[in-house]
Amino acid sequence: MTAPQSPDNNPRRAFIAAAGAGVAGLGFTVIAPGLHLMAVASDANAASAATEARKAGTAASPAVRWGLLIDANKCAPGCTKCVDACHTENGVSEKLPDPRQNSQWIRKIELVDKRNGRVTQLPMMCQHCANPPCVDVCPTGASMKRADGIVLVDRHTCIGCRYCMMACPYKARSFVHAPLHDQNPDVPRGQGCVESCTLCVHRVDKGQQPACVESCPEGAMMFGDLFDPGSAIARRIASVPTTQVRADLRLNPGVRYQGI
Amino acid sequence: MNLLRILVALFAAFIAVSPASTLAGDGGRAAGPAIEIANPGKCVAPVEEMRRNHMEMLKHQRDRSLRQGIRGEPASLNACIECHASKKTGSVLGKGDFCESCHAYAAVKLDCFECHQPRAGFKATGVKP
Ligand code: SF4
Ligand code: SF4
Repeated sequence: MTAPQSPDNNPRRAFIAAAGAGVAGLGFTVIAPGLHLMAVASDANAASAATEARKAGTAASPAVRWGLLIDANKCAPGCTKCVDACHTENGVSEKLPDPRQNSQWIRKIELVDKRNGRVTQLPMMCQHCANPPCVDVCPTGASMKRADGIVLVDRHTCIGCRYCMMACPYKARSFVHAPLHDQNPDVPRGQGCVESCTLCVHRVDKGQQPACVESCPEGAMMFGDLFDPGSAIARRIASVPTTQVRADLRLNPGVRYQGI
Repeated sequence: MNLLRILVALFAAFIAVSPASTLAGDGGRAAGPAIEIANPGKCVAPVEEMRRNHMEMLKHQRDRSLRQGIRGEPASLNACIECHASKKTGSVLGKGDFCESCHAYAAVKLDCFECHQPRAGFKATGVKP
């Protein structure tokens, strides 16, 4: 781990270092605090090292930027496991008479190159833009970007005006049209507000991966800290060509694609 | 004499609006709501403070959790529900349940549960296409 930030201004790293003290007692006696422990952890299991739970009482850190890397070459035709996992995890279950009104936090997209018939599959969701237009246009401040790059709707202040739905170039947001009852306790959602992929913020804060990433049988999705040069996702982005969808808009999405 | 009358009137008004003397029949001066408390005695703050300030506590906590990402604070709506959901209905919203009983008594509309899940231990299932 060669992160430029000092451990003091990154609570997550400080926490990992503290956890290292505990691990040392279990047999890793030669691990020096902080630096070396993280090198071991990222070598052993890069994906899980990228997602340590944040300590209770600490705020999300701007030294972290959560993101996804999606490999369209691995995404299987006809598979909707990530979509199902997302909607199960987040309790998105309504089936309205007009299906266009059902919420979509993530969708499968199929691209066909008409010249040669090449078909590309990929899941599409909120791209967690670094410069999110949904936040720019929101009149109430409900659309917001958390310090660690996760873009959320604060339903406590959302008035359901849907400006953000118009502003989002990725069609990532949905409006909840009908009263809801069977919400997941960790994912409150209700009529009259706009919503979108939260990057499973409730799981990420516990140190888990987003439900879609965990569910993909092809291993086509990778989650991690884009700012941490030692994380698996950052190393992959540094070594293979990856694309941001509509990079020309300069929104700097936190979701990147491979093979499109 | 006039001053005394004003003072007495003010005192009476204070007693009338003071929730501690009316809620749950504490003072015995008025019929209180019948609150069924599933797990009494383990709250994050004394009863008097919770009665007056729970909405403020939850309001500030929700902003810190959502906007700053601070988790694991003592005040948490989910923690309230886990502890206080009725043993019969499993919820805080059924008739006579923890939240409903006081809010119905005080005629204060409860908006929390248009989005939040009022049942303890509930697991959403989502779509099965
Ligand atoms: S993808 Fe759309 S909803 Fe998500 S941050 Fe970007 S503009 Fe906002
Ligand atoms: S619908 Fe809600 S989040 Fe979107 S712009 Fe309007 S107030 Fe903001």
